[in-house]
Amino acid sequence: MLAHYGPQLINLFAAILLLLAFAMLSQRRILSLINLYAAQGFVLCLTTTLVAALTGQHHLYGSALLTLVLKVIFLPWILHRLIRKLNVKWDVETLINIPATMLVGIVLVVLAFNLALPISQLSGTVTRSTLGIALASVLLSFLMMITRSKAIPQVIGFLAMENGLFFAATGAVYGMPMVVELGIGLDVLIAALILGMFLFQIRERFDSLDTRHLERLKEH
Amino acid sequence: MTQLAGIAAQFTELMLAVLLAPLLTGWVNQCRAWLQNRSAPGLLQPYRNLNKLFRKEVVLAHNASPLFRIAPYLIFGSLALAAAIVPTLDIDLPLNAAADAIALVGLLALARLFVALAGMDVGTAFGSLGARREMMVGFLAEPALLMVLFTASLISGSTSLSSIVHTLAHKQFVIYPSMAFAGVAFTMVSLAENARIPVDNPATHLELTMIHEAMVLEYSGRHLAMIEWAASLKLFVYSCMGLALFLPFGVAESGDWPGIVLALPALLLKLAIGGAALALIEIMSAKMRIFRTPEFLGTAFLLAVLAMLVHVLLGG
Repeated sequence: MLAHYGPQLINLFAAILLLLAFAMLSQRRILSLINLYAAQGFVLCLTTTLVAALTGQHHLYGSALLTLVLKVIFLPWILHRLIRKLNVKWDVETLINIPATMLVGIVLVVLAFNLALPISQLSGTVTRSTLGIALASVLLSFLMMITRSKAIPQVIGFLAMENGLFFAATGAVYGMPMVVELGIGLDVLIAALILGMFLFQIRERFDSLDTRHLERLKEH
Repeated sequence: MTQLAGIAAQFTELMLAVLLAPLLTGWVNQCRAWLQNRSAPGLLQPYRNLNKLFRKEVVLAHNASPLFRIAPYLIFGSLALAAAIVPTLDIDLPLNAAADAIALVGLLALARLFVALAGMDVGTAFGSLGARREMMVGFLAEPALLMVLFTASLISGSTSLSSIVHTLAHKQFVIYPSMAFAGVAFTMVSLAENARIPVDNPATHLELTMIHEAMVLEYSGRHLAMIEWAASLKLFVYSCMGLALFLPFGVAESGDWPGIVLALPALLLKLAIGGAALALIEIMSAKMRIFRTPEFLGTAFLLAVLAMLVHVLLGG
């Protein structure tokens, strides 16, 4: 039963992950963006658990738990607290309008699938077809970081990109060694904390969270 | 013999759609009232409205053309035909040999065309405003709907709705990731097409925000009854199409009469859940500006394209 439907379920979860990446790309409100990020983490956790159950790689249960605690509960909580403290309730501003961004996103998906095709043919895992989707969600998060002008969506884009990388690792080679995973998890956590501090600094300095202010090197 | 059975099944299905459509509208209204903490109108309220409207006298504008008078029947007719194509109880439908998913989209477009023409016919400002808005929503929603149907067609290898349902329900159960995208796209399209809340409000009385209601403002009496019935039928067609594509389980094989008897309660249950879900979506969302609609439907189209891409690239 599990052996038969497991790979199909993984494909389904991968598709949902891609769907969430597109939802984040088209989202205008910061609160929904954070909720989508949490949902993406949750789907990632489910996928990792499923891969662990399918392949008997027990260390994957550990990384699923890590994902659950870190990306579904803790980081969204930090982000929620951050926007409450920074008192940012505006709609997200985008540099390119959203339909155009989505079109670029589709091109990126095709590109990612094409890039991943030769790699996934080499790989012998049950999850190899999801590699393209993982790469696509990394690229879509990149796109989100590029097209948003405010700092918080950029931070969320960074975190979502890490989700995509994690998924790629699970899909291509059944996850990384536990030490590496713990290291990356801690890195992301610290990055979120530091970026939080950084946001306060930006606002203190420019009275706004628009990162375009950072393009000027000299003060006038 | 099988020919006769097919015609009987076809007729049953058509009558069922025509008779059950107002009930579905009533159920959605009731769920919405419950969720809004209002006391709900009775489940049979749409039937009472229709009954009242059929008894009322028709008031026609002086400059109304014959088109204005026959449009309600044409709209009702094309939507009833559309309802007959979608397999609800059993997949052996004689009409399905003649009309596939593309014809279904065409029938829906025909109904929309006549609603819009009738809206412009009398020449009031609101009528033509509603007609323009309806055509804007329509031309954006139609390609997205076609893409959703094409995704299902790619899976089953045929554009006939019967073979789509046959592939999805009766062959070995397979999870299709592409259908997740198609499902979201289809939900968005059907919200827009049925004048539901993020795009249009069916209960609105503010003319400036209306789309569907603005076009039919001039209708009264039995004409209005036909139009309202047709609107219910449209919701029914879209719900059944959604069920056929995404939850086709319980639809009987051809000539399987016990299966058909079982398919009816399954259909009612699925429609009840679908109606409640629709009410929930409407409660959770706010009506958006009319100029946001292209973005909303553009997203639906892109998701449907993505569904086809995922199908091709994931290979199933």
